[in-house]
Amino acid sequence: MFQLSPEGLGQVKKELARYETKESAIIPSLYVAQKENKGWINEDVIRHLSQVMEIPESRINEVFKFYTMFNQKPVGRHHVQICSTLSCHINGAPELTAHICKELKVGMDQVTEDGRFTVSRAECLGSCGTAPMMQVNDKYYENLTPESAMNILRGLK
Amino acid sequence: MSETKLLSEHYDKDEFIGLAGYKKHGGYEVLAKALKMQPQQIIDEVKASGLRGRGGAGFSTGTKWSFLPKNNEPRYLLCNADEGEPGTFKDRLMMERAPHQLIEGMIISSFAIGSKKSYIYVRGEYHYPIAVLEKAIREAYDAGLLGKNILGSGFDHDMDVYSGAGAYICGEETGMISSLEGLKGQPKLKPPFPAVQGYLRKPTIVNNVETLAAVVPIIKDGAAAYRKFGTEKSAGTKFFSLSGNVNKPGNYEVPLAYPMKDMIYKLGGGIRNGKKLKAVIPGGSSAPVLTAEEAEKVLLDYESIAAAGSMLGSGAIIVLDDSQCMVDCLANLTHFYHHESCGQCTPCREGTGWVDKIVHSILSGRGRLQDIDLLLKVADNMKGRTICALSDAAALPVISFVTKFRDEFEYYVREGRSKVKGTVLYAEMHH
Ligand SMILES: Cc1cc2nc3c(=O)[nH]c(=O)nc-3n(C[C@H](O)[C@H](O)[C@H](O)COP(=O)(O)O)c2cc1C
Ligand code: SF4
Repeated sequence: MFQLSPEGLGQVKKELARYETKESAIIPSLYVAQKENKGWINEDVIRHLSQVMEIPESRINEVFKFYTMFNQKPVGRHHVQICSTLSCHINGAPELTAHICKELKVGMDQVTEDGRFTVSRAECLGSCGTAPMMQVNDKYYENLTPESAMNILRGLK
Repeated sequence: MSETKLLSEHYDKDEFIGLAGYKKHGGYEVLAKALKMQPQQIIDEVKASGLRGRGGAGFSTGTKWSFLPKNNEPRYLLCNADEGEPGTFKDRLMMERAPHQLIEGMIISSFAIGSKKSYIYVRGEYHYPIAVLEKAIREAYDAGLLGKNILGSGFDHDMDVYSGAGAYICGEETGMISSLEGLKGQPKLKPPFPAVQGYLRKPTIVNNVETLAAVVPIIKDGAAAYRKFGTEKSAGTKFFSLSGNVNKPGNYEVPLAYPMKDMIYKLGGGIRNGKKLKAVIPGGSSAPVLTAEEAEKVLLDYESIAAAGSMLGSGAIIVLDDSQCMVDCLANLTHFYHHESCGQCTPCREGTGWVDKIVHSILSGRGRLQDIDLLLKVADNMKGRTICALSDAAALPVISFVTKFRDEFEYYVREGRSKVKGTVLYAEMHH
């Protein structure tokens, strides 16, 4: 059974009081919970949030399902999201993606055997002038080559 | 011609990010001036400046503000920092390099429209800009620039940041309002317009980051000074996000009506790897594509780009060189719109899915000649019949790519491969 840590619970309580309505706290609370549940969200997490927030599960669930930053299945410790929209696409994103998947021996949206990585395709990340780029968890890495990207990833434990 | 850095003069200085450095360069002096003006005077000045929304639609900012009901009903200002239009990365620069400029513009705008509460809705992926803004807002509170009785004026205002969670549609103003209300980010039917009934059914003004920041120089030096830049109908300076196959991609602030040719060849340093210009998407991926010939003649203002059959939009210029396959590029965009349709309206949900499927079947070598006209027909049926403009935005690239580069689509169908690059690598990756 998933349970928020005391700190996580404190953060959710703070978000509940932060906006004009408590429903606005659903997105921020999902972020808190996702972080504490190894990067993804399942029914257990929704159930717990529903109890803590006193908001029906169905309401939290519809928000969870709508937004792409909430993961519906397990991801590696480092979620590698490669921007694949036009400016990145014409500046080497397909080659970058193929290289990373090959080196990490993993298919798209799968978790590597050691649990370290998941590689996904992302839509425009607002980094078009520094294409190609990837986001790993919260961080942007820009102006990549297949080799420089792999060097960055190798450095992440 | 070089840049005209009305907003970005100090963006290269790290100290400009913090409150002390911002103040050193005149920061918050305009707020002090504004708080001594009548709110209506500020609205009139913004109207007279000719400032048009920098988020995409280009609607007159002062006019939008005057749609608010003239009573004491509580109202909100929402800053649209969702920045999801492919090719656009200017708001990120503004938030990262000059958070206080945006905050100052927002306090002045809030004072003008009588709003006691504002939010900056930032796309969830922008962790760093969010952190910069949150820090700047704390600094502003500590210095008495936010909160109660700002600078002794009697005006109270609270500001907060809200993080989205990955959905292009939340950039559409009513989708953003739904999202902020804790709902799925689905757009709502207009009217009522947000200025009458928006966030929590209260009157709400939604403006783009760049629009709100531009209020600072307008109030500082007046409408007439702002109008020295640009044209009668497209006044002032604007950021353009230049990307694609150019040597020096980046954000450039120029007066409106700046020549596209200079943007690409002077500021942008020309086409990469000695290749030739083939096409330009002038205003974000929703803007119809221009051929090289059309692009080299056009000026970067709302009217000139409209006369050339496209849109200035968010100011995102995507440059394609002659090694790019237009079928491949269109497939990339149809995938995007199919992925981002919120699914409420049948023409959009079905249309984006259908065109994406057809373009990809051509790309995989299984296309038929009649598919090309089918694409145009399906795209045509997506226009003008939906809750929000995403459906139109998705149809326009299809129609312009197919019409202007039809020979490439026909070649692809006939030969089963790209006219430009033979095999398109990783075509299967699109799905
Ligand atoms: C599908 C769609 C996506 C949009 N995305 C954005 C966006 O990311 N940022 C933005 O400022 N405006 C976006 N807009 C425009 C907004 O709806 C709205 O017009 C704008 O925020 C108003 O601000 P402005 O008048 O200052 O431009 C989008 C519109 C549509 C239809
Ligand atoms: S046009 Fe598309 S994105 Fe807009 S509301 Fe309708 S289905 Fe949603």
